[in-house]
Amino acid sequence: MSAQVPERYRNDFLREVEERVEEGRWVKMCMQCGVCAGSCPFGPHWEHSPQKIFMMIRAGKRAEVLGSDSMWMCTSCYNCIVRCPRKLPITHIMHGLANYAHRLGLAPKGQPTREFARLFWDNCIKQGRANELKLTLGLYFKDGLAAGIKTALAMKGIGLGMFKAKRINPMELFGGHRIKDVKGLHAIIAKAREIEDRRKGYTS
Amino acid sequence: MADMKTAAYVCSGCGIGDRIDAKQLERIAQKEGKMQLVRGHEFLCSAEGVALIREDIAKEGVTHVAIAACSRRAKTDAFAFEGVAITRANLREGVIWSQPDTEDARELTQDMADDYVRMACAELKRMKVPAGNPDRGTSKRILVVGGGLSGMTAALAAAGAGYDVVIVEKQAALGGRAAQWHRRIPYRNPYDAPVETGIAELVAAAGAHPRIKVHVNATLAQTKGAPGRFSVSVCVEGGDMVTEEVGAIVQATGFTPYDIARLPELGGGTNPNVVDQAGLERLALEAAAKGEPIRRPSDGGEVKRVVFLQCAGQRDDSGAHLPYCSGHCCLTSIKQAMYFKDASPSIDTVVMYTDLRTPGLGEDFYRAGQARGILFTKGRASSVTADGALCKVAFRDLILDEDAAIDADLVVLATGMVANSGVNIDIPEEERQKMEVKPVSVLNLAYRQGPDMPQLKYGFTDSHFICFPYETRRTGIYAAGPVRRPMDMAQAAEDATGAALKAIQAVENAGLGRAAHPRVGDLSFPTARLEGCTQCKRCTVECPFGAIDEDEKRYPLFNESRCRRCGTCMGACPVRVISFENYSVDTVGNQIKAIDMPDEFSEKPRILVLACENDAYPALDMAAMSGAMYSAFVRVIPVRCLGSVNTIWITDALNGGWDGVMLMGCKKGDDYQCHFVKGSEMAAYRMSKTDDTLKQMGLETERVATYEVAITDVARVSQLINEYVAKIQEIGMSPMKGFA
Amino acid sequence: MAKKEYAFYPGCSSQLKASASNYLVSVNAMCRKLDIKMTEIPDWNCCGASIGYGEGGELPRHALNARNFALSEQHLPGRDIVATCAACWLGARETKERLDASSELMKETNEALAAAGLHYKGEVEIRHMVEVLIEDIGYDGLKAPAVKSLEGLKFAGYVGCQTNRPFGIAGESFENPMYLDKLVETLGGEAVPYDQKVTCCGGALAFSEPEKSQKQIRDIVESAYDHGAEMIVTPCPLCQANVEVYQSEINKKQGTKLNMPVLYYSQLMTVAYGGNMKDSGLDGQVIRAAKLEKLAGK
Repeated sequence: MSAQVPERYRNDFLREVEERVEEGRWVKMCMQCGVCAGSCPFGPHWEHSPQKIFMMIRAGKRAEVLGSDSMWMCTSCYNCIVRCPRKLPITHIMHGLANYAHRLGLAPKGQPTREFARLFWDNCIKQGRANELKLTLGLYFKDGLAAGIKTALAMKGIGLGMFKAKRINPMELFGGHRIKDVKGLHAIIAKAREIEDRRKGYTS
Repeated sequence: MADMKTAAYVCSGCGIGDRIDAKQLERIAQKEGKMQLVRGHEFLCSAEGVALIREDIAKEGVTHVAIAACSRRAKTDAFAFEGVAITRANLREGVIWSQPDTEDARELTQDMADDYVRMACAELKRMKVPAGNPDRGTSKRILVVGGGLSGMTAALAAAGAGYDVVIVEKQAALGGRAAQWHRRIPYRNPYDAPVETGIAELVAAAGAHPRIKVHVNATLAQTKGAPGRFSVSVCVEGGDMVTEEVGAIVQATGFTPYDIARLPELGGGTNPNVVDQAGLERLALEAAAKGEPIRRPSDGGEVKRVVFLQCAGQRDDSGAHLPYCSGHCCLTSIKQAMYFKDASPSIDTVVMYTDLRTPGLGEDFYRAGQARGILFTKGRASSVTADGALCKVAFRDLILDEDAAIDADLVVLATGMVANSGVNIDIPEEERQKMEVKPVSVLNLAYRQGPDMPQLKYGFTDSHFICFPYETRRTGIYAAGPVRRPMDMAQAAEDATGAALKAIQAVENAGLGRAAHPRVGDLSFPTARLEGCTQCKRCTVECPFGAIDEDEKRYPLFNESRCRRCGTCMGACPVRVISFENYSVDTVGNQIKAIDMPDEFSEKPRILVLACENDAYPALDMAAMSGAMYSAFVRVIPVRCLGSVNTIWITDALNGGWDGVMLMGCKKGDDYQCHFVKGSEMAAYRMSKTDDTLKQMGLETERVATYEVAITDVARVSQLINEYVAKIQEIGMSPMKGFA
Repeated sequence: MAKKEYAFYPGCSSQLKASASNYLVSVNAMCRKLDIKMTEIPDWNCCGASIGYGEGGELPRHALNARNFALSEQHLPGRDIVATCAACWLGARETKERLDASSELMKETNEALAAAGLHYKGEVEIRHMVEVLIEDIGYDGLKAPAVKSLEGLKFAGYVGCQTNRPFGIAGESFENPMYLDKLVETLGGEAVPYDQKVTCCGGALAFSEPEKSQKQIRDIVESAYDHGAEMIVTPCPLCQANVEVYQSEINKKQGTKLNMPVLYYSQLMTVAYGGNMKDSGLDGQVIRAAKLEKLAGK
């Protein structure tokens, strides 16, 4: 699934972000102090700090921003939000950018958090509630059967511990928790998606 | 003095009587101090106590009053007696509050109090009742030099307060630089859009005010005199001279934008599409007059992108350009970017900065600019080159850490403010004559120290920027606006109002023969015994305020109304002929000699502390109030300024057996805190030469030490004393005891 | 009639045999003692969690939460929605604030809900269980049912992120919230000061970026050890799971000997209120809390 970008943005990436990315209108308000960069628990791991991402957006570096893995390093700890002196909803902007890059098909391929996010959403929407076992196994096997078995074996201690503590249920593989009105939920989500695509001008 | 009658009053209130034998103090005042009248009282500052003193003055003919009670800084309203000389012995803060209340400490505490009474009596006998400055000027008119925003604001403020004003403006009309501005930075809520400059209204108001007289196309040919009696020759249109008699002067001569042509690498002076902020204002005014958008200067083309380069030729550490920040330029660029954004949101505006400085509520304006879509980029431009009608701005992106380039139709350089201060009098005349561009004086002062106000840093006129921003080093002349420091219009208007009020104070004090700031109301003034003068000129050179000229016989000529009464001249005089009625080489010298000096084997050293009354002395009082204890071996004498300390006091003290001398003055240097600007610096310079004297006397150099003490050094000051006393004890007692 | 009644949003991880099932067990026991009645929102769905944005985007995420609001308004009118899971609370509250702030978003959300015949009026309040305890019951009220003291036990109060930021508990600082420490002290235990109280455990990225998250977890557990804690206590199910279950993995990879029990505040309270090991869900610990088990008895 990938969506197109309307011609009207030309080279104006900032305007594109303002109009199509969740909370993107805040990007221009960043004053480049760098408090977000210093507050992120995954600071050592991303390529571009939020501060840099915002500057890159202003500089029109579209491909680099949307292809960055930085947004996918967000643990949703909200440190940047509470510390930002300009009160930018940085966490949400990063989430919005990640989603936007993902929808356009420009996010880094095989990025583990991107894959996990997709798995999680599909998993929880499918029956209305998250199925933790399927989710975990899905993640282990995302790179194929052989890699999955290897990961699963490496993590079997954890699974066993959880099983003994009655906090994981092998039977979830064959059903698990679900809501009653799954059909209604699916209709809601489909409708919401349709409205959002219309509003943001996605044509997929 | 035949009709001199001395009286001493010893207060035993506030616990003084519990800690000290007050009766003994009375006996000392009588026997040793030779006071003609001595009285004790248990609550001297009470209505009854004060009445007692008043009655003695009225009925007994007392002319000289020594009050042994609290610090001279306390109860000043109660102990204010006109027409008499007054001294205070500080028994409360200086003795009982700074000494431990223990049986062991009793003897030393009493010693201290005894000495302070001896010192007060000794000082009193050498004091005269100040009669007021005979150099009184009666003019209350105020001259304003410069008819821009600052000048007009000062003029209207003074005129509104009922003072006649003369404005001298170099240009053909009032208005100044701000009249060439399209809009100004917002200065009141909501701080989100450029606003009208209001200059036209100001020009109309100043022109129409009945108390304001305006000379345009005019400059000052000569300014002589002193507060209350300045005589100013104004060169008016056609070269005619007009003399204006005024009491005070406000110098509001503004600034000149740093020359854009000195930035050729950024296209300054070579590329028509590169302008400075003033140039952009011109374009905006022209466009507004035509009702058109701002166009590209080179070919009238449409402006699609504007790049503002901040700190162009300023905040420069290479030495090639201005080293300082002009403060307003970030906000000015935001304002100018709004000209474009408000005309058409599709015009790209990029402000390139290294540090965006938008002080105060300017932060709101910055945010308003961001909300409008002005792009802010942290970067440093290296070059602007022409590419047809476009400007190519090459820059280093400081966030992304890479070289980048951006095209623009128009580039605005935020160059800095250069003060129109006139001549830098610290550069010798002969060197000034050799300069490429010969500086032109603004005031043409007929002062011995030079034709303009002294400059502090970067060519801005000196003002006491920490404590008293409107003060300058020329009494009765006040700088206002960007000539004083870089500032925007809102700050300049505020500055001008302050300067007008200072000018009013100056003319009023001059009329009464009283000192101006900081010794406001002081009636004493310096006099010189010219028959003893050796014409060494130290006083005329060292006076921080240029108050002393030379007469035709090359003797110092005091202009008392220009004097601030700091006593720096008195400290400078090698033959000690300069004095004030109530503050002289003798009033202090006599105190130094008056104490009961214990002998070499007493284990009671004596340390003289000469403390600046503006900072160090209050710090000592406050230390005592906060319960800090310091050595009982010190005797503190307040001085008007460390600059007034004459080295004879040091020599006398050491000869008299004092074991050490501490000098406490204010911070000196570029970020000085001295109330008299140069006093503490002069003192430090003079004291740096005492080492030889000490060596000649066979004394250790540590026996004289100079300290910088700020009024906030409450916790530190007692510690300084204790450390110094410990050091002196380590060195040992002075061998000079018993010879004097 | 119970003293307090709420619409309960337990969240996916609290369900039977899910990763935080012991949380639910202890919350139920705790609420019984405090006379709090929790009625589950009928047919509630997942909140989308903190990772839902990636695929879900904006409106679908809000619609997901709004469905729960609509169900609560319909079946449990007038009651505050109380979540025990930090992510559920945060996600729901974020949706509520966005919908409150934008009539357009509210309109679009209801357009989506209408596809299942639902409508959200915009009347619900979203609260975390900790808010209920502190604001509605109060520390004195929390102490009242206690029959045992946690005296002599040392806890590191691990607040983590999502009950703390961006909303937080009213009156608490983001950098050093004190409510968990106060809760421990209210029950007679000792709350040790340590420097990783609000450090992120890696959250959902514990699955996708295990190495990076395990570094966070190691820092948290080691700091708790360094400051003398015997157990960690937390209000967040993801914090609990991450910090507890990965200790063995870290030990295996890095040769450490981490073995720090990680508990929920509700387990401490249930034990203090006289609950046994089963009531308080202590049997659900991967790293058993021997000292607390001893106090709880069988």
